[in-house]
Amino acid sequence: MTAAVITFPGSNCDRDMAVALEQVTGRSPVRLWHRDTQVPRHVDMIAVPGGFSYGDYLRSGALAARSPIMRAVAEAAARGVPVLGVCNGFQILCEAGLLPGALLRNAGQTFICRTAELEVASTASVFTADLEVGETLRIPVAHHDGNFFAAEEVLDRLEQSGRVVLRYVDNLNGSRRAIAGVANEAGNVVGMMPHPERAVDAAHGGTDGLKLLRHCAALALG
Amino acid sequence: MNSTPPPSTAELAEQHGLDPAEYDRVLKALGREPNLVELGVFSVMWSEHCSYKSSRIHLGKLPTEAPWVICGPGENAGVIDIGDGQAAIFKMESHNHPSYIEPYQGAATGVGGILRDVFTMGARPVANANALRFGRPDHPRMQHLVRGVVAGIGGYGNCVGVPTVAGETNFHPAYDGNILVNAMTVGIAETSRIFYSAASGIGNPIVYVGSKTGRDGIHGATMASADFGEDADAKRPTVQVGDPFTEKLLIEACLELMATDAIIAIQDMGAAGLTSSSVEMGAKGGAGIHLDMNKVPCREEGMTPYEIMLSESQERMLMVLKPGREAEAEAIFRKWDLDFAVIGSVTDTGRLVLEWNGDVVCDIPLGPLADEAPRYDRPYLDRNAYRAWAQVKSEQDWPESDDIGGDLERLLACPDLASRRWITQQYDSQVGADTLQTGGDAGVVRVHGTGKALAITTDCTPRYVYADPYEGGKQAVAEAYRNLCAVGARPLAITNCLNFGNPQRPEIMSQFVHAIEGMAEACAALDFPVVSGNVSLYNESRATGGGSAILPTPAIGGVGLLDDYTRIHTIALEGECEILLLGTPQRALGQSLWLREIHGIEAGLPPRVYLEEERAHGEFVRTLAGTSSVAAVHDVSDGGMLVALAEMALAGDVGLELLGRPDADACFGESQGLYLIAVRKAAAVLRERAMAKGITCEVVARSGGDSIRGADWSRSVAQLRAAHERFFDDWMQTARPAGS
Repeated sequence: MTAAVITFPGSNCDRDMAVALEQVTGRSPVRLWHRDTQVPRHVDMIAVPGGFSYGDYLRSGALAARSPIMRAVAEAAARGVPVLGVCNGFQILCEAGLLPGALLRNAGQTFICRTAELEVASTASVFTADLEVGETLRIPVAHHDGNFFAAEEVLDRLEQSGRVVLRYVDNLNGSRRAIAGVANEAGNVVGMMPHPERAVDAAHGGTDGLKLLRHCAALALG
Repeated sequence: MNSTPPPSTAELAEQHGLDPAEYDRVLKALGREPNLVELGVFSVMWSEHCSYKSSRIHLGKLPTEAPWVICGPGENAGVIDIGDGQAAIFKMESHNHPSYIEPYQGAATGVGGILRDVFTMGARPVANANALRFGRPDHPRMQHLVRGVVAGIGGYGNCVGVPTVAGETNFHPAYDGNILVNAMTVGIAETSRIFYSAASGIGNPIVYVGSKTGRDGIHGATMASADFGEDADAKRPTVQVGDPFTEKLLIEACLELMATDAIIAIQDMGAAGLTSSSVEMGAKGGAGIHLDMNKVPCREEGMTPYEIMLSESQERMLMVLKPGREAEAEAIFRKWDLDFAVIGSVTDTGRLVLEWNGDVVCDIPLGPLADEAPRYDRPYLDRNAYRAWAQVKSEQDWPESDDIGGDLERLLACPDLASRRWITQQYDSQVGADTLQTGGDAGVVRVHGTGKALAITTDCTPRYVYADPYEGGKQAVAEAYRNLCAVGARPLAITNCLNFGNPQRPEIMSQFVHAIEGMAEACAALDFPVVSGNVSLYNESRATGGGSAILPTPAIGGVGLLDDYTRIHTIALEGECEILLLGTPQRALGQSLWLREIHGIEAGLPPRVYLEEERAHGEFVRTLAGTSSVAAVHDVSDGGMLVALAEMALAGDVGLELLGRPDADACFGESQGLYLIAVRKAAAVLRERAMAKGITCEVVARSGGDSIRGADWSRSVAQLRAAHERFFDDWMQTARPAGS
């Protein structure tokens, strides 16, 4: 399988994501630049990494969502290519309209970096398909704007259709319904605030991040 | 408008911080009166901050060499060899005055500045650390300052994507009117690609990259070189504003260009901006500098050469390129949306010549600005006179404790020992996915893609330095050494950030000189040289009433190497261990936190450091790295042995039983050179190994249960944890108006 990792000006988890994906896929990922206008056809999965794209000016993810590469990502997503947005990547996918909702400032107003306990809330996505509902994962978070928000009826619809894929056990940032990750309707686009690429190695203190990355890799190989 | 600046006067010179004798030197150096631009250049280059005029003759006493030192003090940062063709590059720097005036931007730009010092030399920054000193928590301004500084450090470091992995934070009324914000960055480079700042090659282009120049931060370096008056707030416009996004782009663009061979020399624009960077590059290269002020990218129209040269706008660099490589370099900086401009060239005149609208507006020989800048041998009290001035007595008649468990609980809850979770959670400590440990005795990060790791610590115990500057200086170095050994790393070198008061006061100068001499002795004895550093003087404020100086605070940033990161030791205790105390405790309640927090006494002499033993104990502890029977290692420092034991218990979430009936001195004395080692089995074997090396080693506790207990007292781990976690949460929930 060939994964791709996008770099925007201000991305800072792009290398970490590439390292993690290489570990899972056995292959060095394609690196895409924000000004690129195409995702190569042989790419089987796209990661939109964390960081502070375009300095997070205007709103987190707002400028990146309008970059040339994101038009190509939207086309690939429509074709069914799996897309994973992590942290700033999640914010970008929401701003780009590929995922519902928005990420507001943390309820406590401060940046939070710590390991979060997550509960798998749905397996109806390509990244959680081989997990079990109710299974817990320990994955680090590091964000200032991770407080997931959507209108009540949108939240109801997401829950009913199994699109809330991850929830915080301890709702550290005030997210509506403790939502840590959501999927699109087709289940191939997922956004999440926690950083799976920071939990792929025993030296990280845990490897639960692999559980989120490997199914997608296995699918592509299978 | 006439572009020739007006002539200056002696009063103007005084407003620029030059005293009459210094102004005379300016007149002699030029052979005429300086114009305003020239006066500005002299003023910043001869400020304490840039010239080190009061400190330089003493800094030479510090050992700076070892076989693994590639580059010691004098460049943007220190460079040490960490094997396999790799180098660690690091430095610590102060941003004290700006952080008091505008805590968020002051701290943020402090981080930005130190990052630039490190990547300027070709390193990718891999870790940040800091050393923070605040005033008493109930000072009306302090909550605002703590919030702002912590948010600023996080705001900058998190955005550039460099993990903040280590730090220390203390509170003392001596910092009420002058907090300390010291930031450290560690980077990794290839030894074959290290970049220096000496300009060379007559006619080579001088290139400006990064952000545009604005009117911010004009005279920041001069501000950092004077006492704080009541008008601190009026100085807010002199504080720079940081843009970590631009810094991130600058890091990537510089490293991309550094991968080619187009750069001859590179220097960041920090304090005193374009002035300091161009003068240093020219002086180091023995060359001259010619700059065209009209070519400097400016943020606003109508900026004068004076403003351009003195601006401290952030995220800017100056480079000398090989001729003909401009287009290649420009393409890289344009790709990263950064400004790029050829603004001048290297000359053979040995002078700084600035041109504006076709006129020469500055023409100064570089010598007087750099190597021939003023240097002062300021008078200082000898050690006995200092002790009399500081009214320090070597009393030994300290109170006893009638409630060891209660004292422990109070100590764990006090501002200086309470959990730093509220702070550290605001820093992204994990970006880079190489962080192995934060908290504990040292932060540890992997050298990316290798089995090695760097351990990083910041240390200083200012109350010791105040009571005995020499011993305190020694202790700061020894504690850094100890913290690195505790995690299993080989201590390699230090950077220092010397924060003191007004050097024109003999008692302050005495603190400075003797702390340096103590540090020098420790560095030599421990083979732990100083490779970079920064001096911050005039940390005094009248805001708290009358010329009050900070405690002398020579902060140390230590770096060590683990050859195999899987062999790291942490402080987290497990059950069913015997805990050995390695080393011989002295009677050491003088200047202890126990005396201060429990009895309100700040007195006595600080604990003494025995350097030979320090080294022997450290080396022994390092031989334990990877030993399967060792469950945890922790050094004994602030709060003494019992506090250290409790920290191990809290980290591992397990209780312990203290053996015997240790008194207050044994529990809370701050004896130096001690380590606690938790051993799963065969503690006797380990003890014998230590004894065979002549090192005292006794079992002092056994782990297990869910309480920490002595012969006649007990506290549950949960209760102690609650006490330990309380301070910041309670404090930050107390609503206070921002500012004072």
